[in-house]
Amino acid sequence: MKQYRIGSRFYMALIFLFLYAPILLLVVFSFNNANSNVVWQGFSLRWYEELFRDRQVMGAVYNTLLVSVLATAISTVVGTFTAVGLFGMRRRFRDPVLTVNNIPIMNADIVTGVALCIFFVTAIAVWNGMIVDGWNGFVTYLEENFRRTLPRMAEMKMGFTTLLLAHISFDIPYVILNVLPKLRQMDRSLIDAAQDLGCTWMGAFWKVVVPEIKPGIVSGALIAFTMSVDDFVISYFTAGSASTLSIQIYGMVRKRVSPELNAVSTLLFGVVLVLLIIINVRESRQEKRLSARK
Amino acid sequence: MSKELIRLSNCTMAFDGEVVLDGINLYINDKEFLTLLGPSGCGKTTTLRIIGGFQTPTSGDVFFDGVRINSVPPHKRAVNTVFQKYALFPHLNVYENIAFGLRLAKTDKDGKRYKLSEKEIDQRVMEMLEVVNLRGFEKRHISQLSGGQQQRVAIARALVNRPKVLLLDEPLGALDLKLRKDMQNELKRIQQAMEITFIYVTHDQEEALAMSDTVVVMDAGKIQQIGTPEDIYNEPKNAFVADFIGESNILDGIMREDGVVEIFNRKFKCLDSGFEKDEPVDVVIRPEDVDIVPENEGQLKGTVTSVTFKGVHYDTIVDFYGFKWLIQTTDFCPVDSRIGIKIDPDGIHVMKKSHYSGMFGDYSSYSEEYEEISDASIDPEEEEQEDENEE
Repeated sequence: MKQYRIGSRFYMALIFLFLYAPILLLVVFSFNNANSNVVWQGFSLRWYEELFRDRQVMGAVYNTLLVSVLATAISTVVGTFTAVGLFGMRRRFRDPVLTVNNIPIMNADIVTGVALCIFFVTAIAVWNGMIVDGWNGFVTYLEENFRRTLPRMAEMKMGFTTLLLAHISFDIPYVILNVLPKLRQMDRSLIDAAQDLGCTWMGAFWKVVVPEIKPGIVSGALIAFTMSVDDFVISYFTAGSASTLSIQIYGMVRKRVSPELNAVSTLLFGVVLVLLIIINVRESRQEKRLSARK
Repeated sequence: MSKELIRLSNCTMAFDGEVVLDGINLYINDKEFLTLLGPSGCGKTTTLRIIGGFQTPTSGDVFFDGVRINSVPPHKRAVNTVFQKYALFPHLNVYENIAFGLRLAKTDKDGKRYKLSEKEIDQRVMEMLEVVNLRGFEKRHISQLSGGQQQRVAIARALVNRPKVLLLDEPLGALDLKLRKDMQNELKRIQQAMEITFIYVTHDQEEALAMSDTVVVMDAGKIQQIGTPEDIYNEPKNAFVADFIGESNILDGIMREDGVVEIFNRKFKCLDSGFEKDEPVDVVIRPEDVDIVPENEGQLKGTVTSVTFKGVHYDTIVDFYGFKWLIQTTDFCPVDSRIGIKIDPDGIHVMKKSHYSGMFGDYSSYSEEYEEISDASIDPEEEEQEDENEE
């Protein structure tokens, strides 16, 4: 019996080693006082210092945070209202819509990325060709014939806006998936009760429904944020001139494998790890609270 | 006399073509305790939801104090509801649950918006806590309350808004028997103290008889009978009401003349009149109205087939010419003994034949267990059905 236990522990340790050794190596060598990933020459923070002095990297960090925060905020609002709408639908309409909602989650990132890329290229071409060219032509006409002028429109390019739109589009399904179960758990008569006591439907939504589904909204937002920070493939195809941290890291790998790469990867890993811990702790707390309620 | 407060005029409700409520006509007086009583799916909850404003009748009108309120949303009606599973707000404590309605902006007679002062809210909440005996519980979380306490909070939360009418949708369904009896008295006390109208929905006939001023018996979307508890019990209009309210032996009879009804080819004296000569009728005889006498003195003679001790009395099933009667008696008659019975004229109630005639047979399949199982299975089915309808 005891042997068996030791065996199973050893096996588990082996699995964890297999899973985490590469990351551990990465983290350890990000503190290495040498330009090497093989020889340990003492603890130092020089790669972090270098990292924080690197304008390109810091710009990418700023972009990543900005796009993640904005995409999270927008997709949380949109996703929550979508979930409420789905909740009110008849089952025979709701189930197909939910399946459609799940497809982007299951779909290969590369497909989503390429699809979004092609879509944006086409949409931008149409926009530039019809709206921008048309307007600028009109301005030229005014200048030539009436000596009046109006501001010209700039041609649109792939950049931060397309990146943000792409992030919003892949974040929304995660929010819906987190909010909908909370709505289902909710006692429907709570809405009736609030209206009965004098709330309008909207009043009931803010005063009763939102507090009830808040845990779902928050965990949906956290997961959306993690997905945004974490994403490389879709960002790579839609960022255009903009850059995110993951795109930056990819670029650095292609140039040279420097320990600075270790440092920036460690930071990214740390952020995602912290977010995942928060999500998990929240979930287990909620489960405890739910079981206490029953 | 008390004045009329609510009137349902020819209300019909259909979900996807399925008629749930079929031409209901009903008026409810001020300060009345009215119970809508019926089995699952009879339309009682739908009726309540129409009065509460959660559903608009497919056809027909709802009047409140003489004003048509068909399309008035729930938050603008002077009606509050105690929901079946209480529907307390889990994110608020007891105090805030009760204060919920008071904290919302109100509109006065001139259409001006105003809010109650914190002081007034506090005073009214405390007053309500007193009424429902929950002083000292105000800081408690909803999950820390027992079923009975949650029930009281739900009542307080509704009553604190001083509605003209309180709607109660099977409020005691989730409580155990002892607590249910206590809450029945409590509700009656609150209703009398607050002097408002209660409209109470239940499938429990004992509850309905014990609390109500008026009982409305419903089945299949129609009102079967409206009356005081005594009327409903003593003078049921048809076999359905007779069977649903209390225990009853329902027999086929023929009205030979006023005051004489023939059952099993024997003439019995009764107090009913106004039937055609030789009209076939349903006859109701309550189990407690039957006297057991020695065989040779009886109007009818039969054999005891089963005896169940019930505490106050014995439930004795007696076979008369193949028809099994339930007789409740304090005299013990052993199984297989031959007995006679006598029925006083006021123990016999004659009803016109209806489409319910013959649906409620004798007590040949009677057993306690059966009754309980069918009772317990009522609730979830009804909810599911109505949930589907709402969707």
